[in-house]
Amino acid sequence: MKRNTMSYKIQQYVMFAGPATLLFLAVVVVPLIYGLYLTFTSWDGVSTQRPFMGAANYIAAFKDAAFWQALGRTFIYSAIAVVMVNVVAFFLAYLVTSGIKGQNFFRAGFFIPNLIGGIVLGYVWQFVFNRAITAIGRSLSISSLSIPWLSTPNGAMACLIIVSVWQYAGYMMLIYVAGFMSVSKSLMEAAQIDGCTKAQATWNVTIPLMRSSFVQCLFLSITRCFMVYDVNLSLTKGEPFGSSVMAAMHVYNQAFTYRNYGTGQAEALILFLVCAIVGVTQVYIGKKGEVEA
Amino acid sequence: MDENKKAAQKKKITHGFMMALLILLFLIFIFPFILVVINVFKTMGDITSDPLALIGAHGFTVQNFPNAMKSMGFWGAFGNSLVVTVVSTVLTLLISAMAAFVIVRNKWIACTLLFSGMIASMVIPFQVLMIPLVSLYGGVFGVLNHRVTLILMHVGFSLSMATFMFHGAIHTNIPLELEEAAYIDGCTRWQTYWKIVFPLLKPTIATVAIIDAMAFWNDYLLPSLVLGRKELYTIPIATQVFYGAYSTDMGLVMAALLLAMLPILILYLFLQRYIVEGVTSGAVKG
Repeated sequence: MKRNTMSYKIQQYVMFAGPATLLFLAVVVVPLIYGLYLTFTSWDGVSTQRPFMGAANYIAAFKDAAFWQALGRTFIYSAIAVVMVNVVAFFLAYLVTSGIKGQNFFRAGFFIPNLIGGIVLGYVWQFVFNRAITAIGRSLSISSLSIPWLSTPNGAMACLIIVSVWQYAGYMMLIYVAGFMSVSKSLMEAAQIDGCTKAQATWNVTIPLMRSSFVQCLFLSITRCFMVYDVNLSLTKGEPFGSSVMAAMHVYNQAFTYRNYGTGQAEALILFLVCAIVGVTQVYIGKKGEVEA
Repeated sequence: MDENKKAAQKKKITHGFMMALLILLFLIFIFPFILVVINVFKTMGDITSDPLALIGAHGFTVQNFPNAMKSMGFWGAFGNSLVVTVVSTVLTLLISAMAAFVIVRNKWIACTLLFSGMIASMVIPFQVLMIPLVSLYGGVFGVLNHRVTLILMHVGFSLSMATFMFHGAIHTNIPLELEEAAYIDGCTRWQTYWKIVFPLLKPTIATVAIIDAMAFWNDYLLPSLVLGRKELYTIPIATQVFYGAYSTDMGLVMAALLLAMLPILILYLFLQRYIVEGVTSGAVKG
């Protein structure tokens, strides 16, 4: 068989990678380029005409106060949620790798929220916040619990953070568990023989060696929190008074509710850039100080 | 001797304390689910008057289930979700494993281009592509509102990650000598791939299948943009639409939410080990 002819190569490529190439182009590459083109046009989603606008969409995006408010809100939400997710996840991972009875059961249990889609989770928690917690508040007559948290702007943000922590902690826990397991037990023992307490050994030996787990968990939780949509939609729907509209929801509304496709796409690109810069910076800083045993 | 005893006792106490803490945390974690389960068997009035009671004042009822099933069109949505998830997952596995094979084994420009494009695309969030996707396939080609469109889009979005994982698996786990032996015995590339390489990829196939199937089953945003007709709704969309219409009838809502969660929870009961392992290895590699 001739393996060096062009026709052989093309035939092989098309046979194995043809479908993948076609779908990848159709679903990712073409929309990406088309999306860039959209940002320079004004389109309402219906008409056949797409007048060329120049940079007007980007100017509109920069002038869109609601967008920047949503972006700032997303920053605050992400910062708090990311820290809490990782603290809770690390703590859970520490507990379920300590050799306790039934640790596999607990690992599986804490992971359950990740099995279920954000839409359903948001509605479940809406019931918890609106009905269950207020019922507890009324029966114990604690006034801060008897008004639904979701009805105040700060409360809605807090609810969103609580649900995100609950949702992602189990997933990040699994990554930290893998990190804990990859650090060999003999290193811990050596540190303890040298006179460390268990807490000191964890802090000075295990955690530095788990740095890559931290980098990974932070990256995953940052990108997920930045792009939060499903839970935002089902839990708060942006209410009360649009005070919990996150950036992704603003982009969605801009395009599909107000029919400003061009401006929406320009804002989506800005959001992506911001998220990518934050994520990449974090990975860069994290990787720089990595240590090996 | 006494020292050892003391240390053992201390260890026992810390273990007991940690166990109690874990159980408490676990209960907090599943509290929302417990709440749904106890309220699904109550009448609407009982839920409003006391959502925390184990059994409502008007007793036990299972009426919420058939009512919710009917008004959310549960079986239709379940069928749609099942078809979309299964077909998308199988297609993703087949297409991406094949692409990974040709990419690993050949240093052609097209392969390098495709692979680096895929790697780069993994950082692009869906929100950046959704608007052009809708305006292109809805506005220009008018192919929305078909299951096939949704399935192909699902496959297209998950290809990069899947190809990346298969690439790693073929690169590290499948010796080239094995394939060469097959060529010498007279196999073509195509036969070698299906008879030798693909069967050896089983562990990665399981991992990718679990990650993608869960993502497809739970996805809301893409299906909600593609599927606009009621008879095509998947479970997340059906739940969302149902909630919009019946959010005051808490009994029905509880039943609908439980129905939406049950299929995957039942699956988890049986495949728990594989799901946890698959998700971990997928996350650590990705």
